[in-house]
Amino acid sequence: MRRKEPEVKPESYERKAEPWPRVPVSGLGREVAQRVLESGIRVDEEERAGTYFQADHSVVSVSLKSAFEGMVELMSTMEAIERHGWVRDLMWGTMDPSADRFTDFASKNWDNGYFIRILEGQRVTLPVQACLFLSKENLNQNVHNIIVAEPGSEAQIITGCATHPSVRHGLHIGVSEFYVRRGAKLTFTMIHNWADEFDARPRTGIVVEDGATFISNYICLKPVRSLQMSPAAYCRGESSRASFNSILYGKGSSYMDVGSRIFLQGKGSRGEIVSRAAAADESTIYARGLLVGEHEDSRAHLECRGLLLSDRAHMHAVPELIGRVKGTELSHEAAVGKIAEDQIQYLMARGFTEREAEALIIRGFMDVGIFGLPERITRDISEMLDRALEGAL
Amino acid sequence: MPLLEIRNLAVEIAGKRVINGLDLDIPEGETHVLFGPNGSGKTSLIMSIMGFRCCRAVSGTIKFDGVDITRLPTDERARMGLGVAFQSPPVIRGVRLGDVVRRLGGSNGDHLEMTRRVNLPIEFMGREINLGFSGGEIKRSELFQVLMQKPKLAMFDEPDSGVDVENLSVIGRAMEEFLRDRAGLIITHQGHILRYVRADVAHVMFYGRIACSGEPEKIFDLILREGYRWCEKCPKVREIRHEEKGA
Repeated sequence: MRRKEPEVKPESYERKAEPWPRVPVSGLGREVAQRVLESGIRVDEEERAGTYFQADHSVVSVSLKSAFEGMVELMSTMEAIERHGWVRDLMWGTMDPSADRFTDFASKNWDNGYFIRILEGQRVTLPVQACLFLSKENLNQNVHNIIVAEPGSEAQIITGCATHPSVRHGLHIGVSEFYVRRGAKLTFTMIHNWADEFDARPRTGIVVEDGATFISNYICLKPVRSLQMSPAAYCRGESSRASFNSILYGKGSSYMDVGSRIFLQGKGSRGEIVSRAAAADESTIYARGLLVGEHEDSRAHLECRGLLLSDRAHMHAVPELIGRVKGTELSHEAAVGKIAEDQIQYLMARGFTEREAEALIIRGFMDVGIFGLPERITRDISEMLDRALEGAL
Repeated sequence: MPLLEIRNLAVEIAGKRVINGLDLDIPEGETHVLFGPNGSGKTSLIMSIMGFRCCRAVSGTIKFDGVDITRLPTDERARMGLGVAFQSPPVIRGVRLGDVVRRLGGSNGDHLEMTRRVNLPIEFMGREINLGFSGGEIKRSELFQVLMQKPKLAMFDEPDSGVDVENLSVIGRAMEEFLRDRAGLIITHQGHILRYVRADVAHVMFYGRIACSGEPEKIFDLILREGYRWCEKCPKVREIRHEEKGA
C-alpha cells in the first residue's frame, strides 16, 4: 500500500552538537568503525588515496596518502574557501539555494562538508573516501560538498553516510556540487546507511564539460523513514557523458523517492540511467528518471526495474523523457513486478530451497556489476551488499 | 521396485486437467523416451514429477526411490535425485551460471571437465543464466547443470530441438555416457537424440495418458512414417479420447 511522504520540518531537529576531537579514522571506536564499514568506508584506509571524516558538525579527520599529494586536494569546504577564494563561486553554481525548503534551510544553516579537487591531468588510482556521520539523536546535519575534477583528470570517490547505532531520528541535508572539467572522468559511489526513523534529503548538481564523463553509483539498502533525492547532471560540453546507476532496497516502512535527471545540452552528449529497486515489507519506492534532450545531437537511455517483494509494498516507476529539439534520441524501458515463479521453480529444481532461490534472485537483481567499477571496488561493495542483504532477506 | 513409480496420476494446470490417470514405471538404469503430439502432456508430466506448483497432482501418487514424493516440494525432490534439463528455461538476470553450479557441488576441476564435455566455454560460469544464450548454448548449459547435479533420474525435455548437427553430437554423446548407469526420461519430437542415446522403452502420450509403450525403434519408425495418425487407429487411444470427450 502506498504511503504518504512523511512530513519533514527541518526546524524541528536539534541544531546543537558537541564538537568531536580530531582523531585519525583508525582511532574511531569499534561501533563507529563497523557502521561506516557498512557504508563502504575503510577505517584502515587500505586501498584508499585519502579520507575525509565528518561527524555531526565536526571535521574529525582529513588525511591524504603521501603518494597522492600534488594530485588531490582534500579538505573541508570551509577550509577550501579560505585557501581558494574561487571555491565560493562554485557554491550554489549548479542549483539555486531557494530550490526547495531543504536547500534553503541548508544554505542558512551550514555545517561544513568536504572539498575534493583532482588536479589537472592527474589519474588517481585509488578511491578517495569521504564519510558523513551522525552520532547524536534527532540532530540535523547540513553539509555542502564541492568536488572538482580538473581537465584531463580521473578519479573515483566513495562516500558513505551513516548514523551511530544509537541514533534513530535525524535529518541529513547533503548538498553536493560537481564540476567535471574538460576531458575528466569522475566516478562517484555513494552508500547510505541510515536509521529506520531517519530522514535524508541529498541535493546534487553536476556540470559536465567537453569530453568529460561523470558516473554516479548510489546504494541504499538499510531502512530509512524518508529519503528524497533527484540529482541533476548538466551535460553542457561537447561529447560529455553522464550516467546514474542506483540500487535501492526498501525495508520496513521506508519511504524512498529516488530519481536522477540528465540534461543533454552539448553536441554529442550522452546519458544513461539504470535503476534497480526492490520493495519489501510496507516500504514505498518511487524510482524516477528524467532525460531532457536539449541538443539535436544527443542521446540517452533510461532503464528502471522494480521488484515487489511484498503485497504491502508499493513501487512506482516514473520514467520521463522530454525532447526539446528535433534530433535528440531518448528511450526508456521500465518494468515492475514480483519475482517470477518460473525463476524460483528453476532454482528449486537445482536443489535451492524456496527462500534460498528468492535470496539468490534478489541478490542477482541488485548486482553491482551494473556499476562497471574496477574489480576490487566491485568486490568490496558486493561483500557489503551481501552483509546488508543477509540480515534483510 | 522401480526407481520411479507413478500410479493413476491426475494433474491440473489452472483448473484444466493435463494429466489424467497416468501410470508409469522407470526402473533403475533404464532410459525411457516419451513421444506424443503437442499438448499431450509430456512437459506437464516432467513438471509434475519435479513438483512444480503449477503442476501439482490432484490425485494419484508419485513414488521415487521407494518414497512417496507426491506432496514434496521441488527442492527436496531435486536433493533426492531428480534432475531436469529444461526445454525453455527462464532468464535470471544477475544470477550467474556459476552461482547455481557451485550449489550443485563438484570441484573447479569437475566444472572444467564437464564444461569441456558439453563444449561450453568455462567463461559461461560468469554469465547471467540464459541471458543472451543461443538455442544450442541453452541446451548445453542445461545438460551441464544436470551432469553436475548427478541425479538418479535425469529428465530431458527436448534436448535436441533447435540444435545444430555439431551441438547435437556433443549433447548426444554426453547424454549417452551419462545415462549408461543412470535412469533417464527423454522427451523428443524429432527423435534425433536417439541416434546417440539408447532408449530401453518408449511411451506415447495422448490426452494426458500413456496410450502405448514398446520398443523405441519400432514406435519411432511408425511415428516417422505415419505421424500420430496410426495412433488414432489404436483402440486404446480411441478409448482415451472417448473418455476425454465424455469427461
